[in-house]
Amino acid sequence: MEAFEILFTASLWAAAVRIASPLIFGTLGELICERAGVLNLGIEGIMTAGAFSGWLAVYLGGDLWLGVAVAALVGACLGLLHGFMVVPLGLSQHVTGIGITLLATALSYYFYRIAFPEVTSPPKIEPFAVFPVPGLADLPIIGPALFQQTPLTYLAFIAVALVAWFLYRTPAGLAVRTVGENPAAAEAQGINVVTVRILAVMAGSALMGIGGSFITLSAFNSFFFEMTNGRGWICIALVVFAAWQPGKALLGAILFGLFDAYQLRLQQLAGSVVPYQVFLMLPFVLSVVALIVMSRRVAYPRALMVPYRKGER
Amino acid sequence: MPHNIFPLNRRNILKLGAASAALPFMARAAHAAAIKTAAIYTVPVEQQWVSRIHKAATTAKERGDIEYVFSEKVANTDYERVMREYCEAGHQLIVGEAFAVEDAARAVAKDYPDRAFLIGSSFPPDAAANPNFAVFDNYIQDASYLTGLIAGAMSKGNIGMVGGYPIPEVNRLMNAFMAGVRVTRQDAKFQVAFIGSWFDPPKAKETALAQIDAGADLLYAERFGVSDAAKERKVLAVGNVIDTQGDYPETVVASALWHFEPTLDAAIAAVQAGSFKADDYGQYSFMKAGGCSLAPLGTFEGKVPADLMAQVKETEEKIKAGSFTVAIDDSEPKSS
Repeated sequence: MEAFEILFTASLWAAAVRIASPLIFGTLGELICERAGVLNLGIEGIMTAGAFSGWLAVYLGGDLWLGVAVAALVGACLGLLHGFMVVPLGLSQHVTGIGITLLATALSYYFYRIAFPEVTSPPKIEPFAVFPVPGLADLPIIGPALFQQTPLTYLAFIAVALVAWFLYRTPAGLAVRTVGENPAAAEAQGINVVTVRILAVMAGSALMGIGGSFITLSAFNSFFFEMTNGRGWICIALVVFAAWQPGKALLGAILFGLFDAYQLRLQQLAGSVVPYQVFLMLPFVLSVVALIVMSRRVAYPRALMVPYRKGER
Repeated sequence: MPHNIFPLNRRNILKLGAASAALPFMARAAHAAAIKTAAIYTVPVEQQWVSRIHKAATTAKERGDIEYVFSEKVANTDYERVMREYCEAGHQLIVGEAFAVEDAARAVAKDYPDRAFLIGSSFPPDAAANPNFAVFDNYIQDASYLTGLIAGAMSKGNIGMVGGYPIPEVNRLMNAFMAGVRVTRQDAKFQVAFIGSWFDPPKAKETALAQIDAGADLLYAERFGVSDAAKERKVLAVGNVIDTQGDYPETVVASALWHFEPTLDAAIAAVQAGSFKADDYGQYSFMKAGGCSLAPLGTFEGKVPADLMAQVKETEEKIKAGSFTVAIDDSEPKSS
């Protein structure tokens, strides 16, 4: 199979969407936080905590959807912690976020070892199975890519639509965007900036938790301590790529997934003299290039990383 | 003039001094019921490689040969500190892996000359600098070669291989496996990929799926995640280091198992005898030392041709007898 032909295989596109799914959740989550003016570098840890807690809930006998709910709840709790530190207390969002990542990652593994002190191979669960959408799954290329996925991937698509609708079509979404652009103006409108920001961070973190749970409930069936493996950091970059818009976030995540799925297939071509590291680097390099191109016209939320103190001028 | 077997020069006087300093420790070791042993792992004990060391240590502990404590998931930046803490706490045998912390680990061994260090390493021991620093590694190329023989016959000739990083430990087994495959299927084509991580099963799985899409009908599972892809697409897989057939009864046809017991038991015996030296314990992972084996066919009993198994058996006997040696090749395997 030649390098160019791979682009027309359905399996490439299916893999791209599969790889993109956790990134879609994570990017949406980060996007909501940042739209409200809060940078959430806790994402990597929150995804790990979601991956672990969701998986554990299922392992202990819960339904798969209960696992997703637990992951969202754990994410929201960590979001509350982050929100409390950076919104009313006004602490450094960078430092707090990194702290949350370290804390959540370490706690996940700590509880894993408490729960499984004597295992020699990682315990497994039965993950989400592929659910072909009737009528659409048989379309060429689009069918396998978009309609032969696990239910969590469909949820990711729905989440994009919901977040877009929420941000642009509801009063609450307007409030979120306002506290991220001009909190003083929001306050003048009678909006409680602290409450809105904390709720936004919690909601965003819940989505990150679900993104993490995709890794253990859909992409794989057991928990490993470093398995988030930088996916959270990719989401941070994707938010910039997406210019803080949900639709573009979806596009960016799928583009990254496509690069990754493509490099995996390029690596297999015979007679390659290119070191494998170059292939592994490819999605990241292309993402940086895309970021440079896309971010030329980017407008940050004006109040991003600016703590709001009532009455302060 | 008779040859002076023990010239009284400065070097030998120093040696004598060192030996007498070590005497109390040796005497204690010989009489102690159990050797205080500490293991330091950079990964959780579920990780394939470390799980074998942990298993052997647990067995030795249950036998009463050692007192066993361990620290898992120790960051490389923290590794030296943990080593020193165990040394300070009086542990006599330190088991660990120094792949990313060679200099630091050897420096610790120098500072605690009366302790025995049995350390996984890609480098040879250095008796002059670290007389108490012995090395080991999973030299299970014999078993990998046998799994290759089976894989070659069970595949139609397109084999996918997914590894973490192309380091000697990984390459050696991949190369031995490929050598085995080429015996039973001369025209075999290999797809080789590395995922640049030890812990990303979803990525390993995606890579394996890409290989199946490109025609692979048998996968060499160096990482967790590969067998899952094989199971999902109903192709075969060959296991490495551990036996995962219980989890994939229809998928894993053969596995090359690593047994750390001979390595650890040899070290325990050496410590007990007070003769622990900077040896290369790699040989204790060879098949003739019982350090590796081909996993039982299990669910594939009867599905693998009998004449093939006869060939495998014959090769196994030759390896054990020493009339056949599997080459040790640490170079990075490439797609063909």
